Amino acid sequence: MTTALKEWPLWEVFVRSKQGLEHKHCGSLHAADAAQALEMARDVYTRRQEGVSIWVVESKAITASNPDEKGELFDPAADKIYRHPTFYEIPEEVGHM
Amino acid sequence: MYTQSFNVPDAPGGKTVPLAPSTEDPALQAAFDARIDADGRIEPQDWMPEAYRRTLVRQISQHAHSEIVGMLPEGNWISRAPSLKRKAILIAKVQDEGGHGLYLYSAAETLGTSRDQMLEGLHSGRAKYSSIFNYPTLTWADVGVIGWLVDGAAIMNQIPLCRCSYGPYARAMVRVCKEESFHQRQGYEALLVMMQGTAEQKAMVQDAVNRWWWKCLAMFGPPDADSPNSAQGMRWGIKRISNDDLRQKFVDATVPQAKVLGVTLPDPDLKWNEERQHHDYGQIDWNEFWETVNGNGPCNKERLATRVKAYNDGEWVRDAALAHARKQQQRKMKEAA
Repeated sequence: MTTALKEWPLWEVFVRSKQGLEHKHCGSLHAADAAQALEMARDVYTRRQEGVSIWVVESKAITASNPDEKGELFDPAADKIYRHPTFYEIPEEVGHM
Repeated sequence: MYTQSFNVPDAPGGKTVPLAPSTEDPALQAAFDARIDADGRIEPQDWMPEAYRRTLVRQISQHAHSEIVGMLPEGNWISRAPSLKRKAILIAKVQDEGGHGLYLYSAAETLGTSRDQMLEGLHSGRAKYSSIFNYPTLTWADVGVIGWLVDGAAIMNQIPLCRCSYGPYARAMVRVCKEESFHQRQGYEALLVMMQGTAEQKAMVQDAVNRWWWKCLAMFGPPDADSPNSAQGMRWGIKRISNDDLRQKFVDATVPQAKVLGVTLPDPDLKWNEERQHHDYGQIDWNEFWETVNGNGPCNKERLATRVKAYNDGEWVRDAALAHARKQQQRKMKEAA
């Protein structure tokens, strides 16, 4: 077996900091399997009660957008300012809307 | 948590190559430069010059190695801590250092190096780590002084790194800095308690301060005039404050702390300079510093040997965990079939 194959796979860790909030990516770690990844995440990322729930997912399972396609993906939203409430002028007497 | 603010070239035989004029695609290089100039952040998938990538891999992995080796001098005192309270505190601190090493290894891995490659660099002696850990911790007071001064110096170094141009490094440092304040405060408080004790205990604290003070000043790296790579690091937004400026900040912050503690900092030239509005301080022994960086400090061999032994002794655990994971997976597949 080569050294490379002996390295534990990489996992991404998401932590919910408190009930009512979303899980947020907080880092990554190596672990042999999912159960171990959860235990490791507990020790590495929540030593000071930073979380009430942890998700782990193998890094290779994540599909990410390609930075080279950033323009095609995100630029179309740039000229659609009418999607924002501030695009519309409402008479002041209407008050908060 | 610990870093030396400069990052020294790793020993020959490594893959590090001196910075050469850029041969990169000019358009990509220009876009990169523009983002750096606008104080923007670089993320793992973004294009970056090879020299920037290499510098970061070296600096972040050296930083990670420092955290891991940094567990050793203090770990030596866990079984000898003077009370259960101090023992629990020290275990928590040493565990933090291990955690900091893991955050940093992960950050370095986003640049395309592997954990195994980095560990091999450390264990073969090719990769450097902070030279401060190549000095012995002779008494319990050393543990307090490491928290107060060594971690104090490290905090000075690390706070600017939270604004580093490389996103994963900056984010790791934010996490580290949040935990760091506990390290410094527990050390200072342990010393305060000793300073209320017997004459022997007070002398022990003073002796530890005497031994560590100059080594902590050297942690900030060579004077700006002798740090040719600093300018490039500044240009790239990796380094934000120069070695000498950080060192001055550390001296100015530490003098009043020493006064409250009731110890003398071992430097006859240390005095307030009204004109500069800073403390002047004496000459650092850079020969001794470089001797230690180059492997000839009092504990270089012992630290590395301890680290390698721990890694080798843990091999069966790593193998067993992997074998267990594979077996579980096979069992699941068989059940599904």
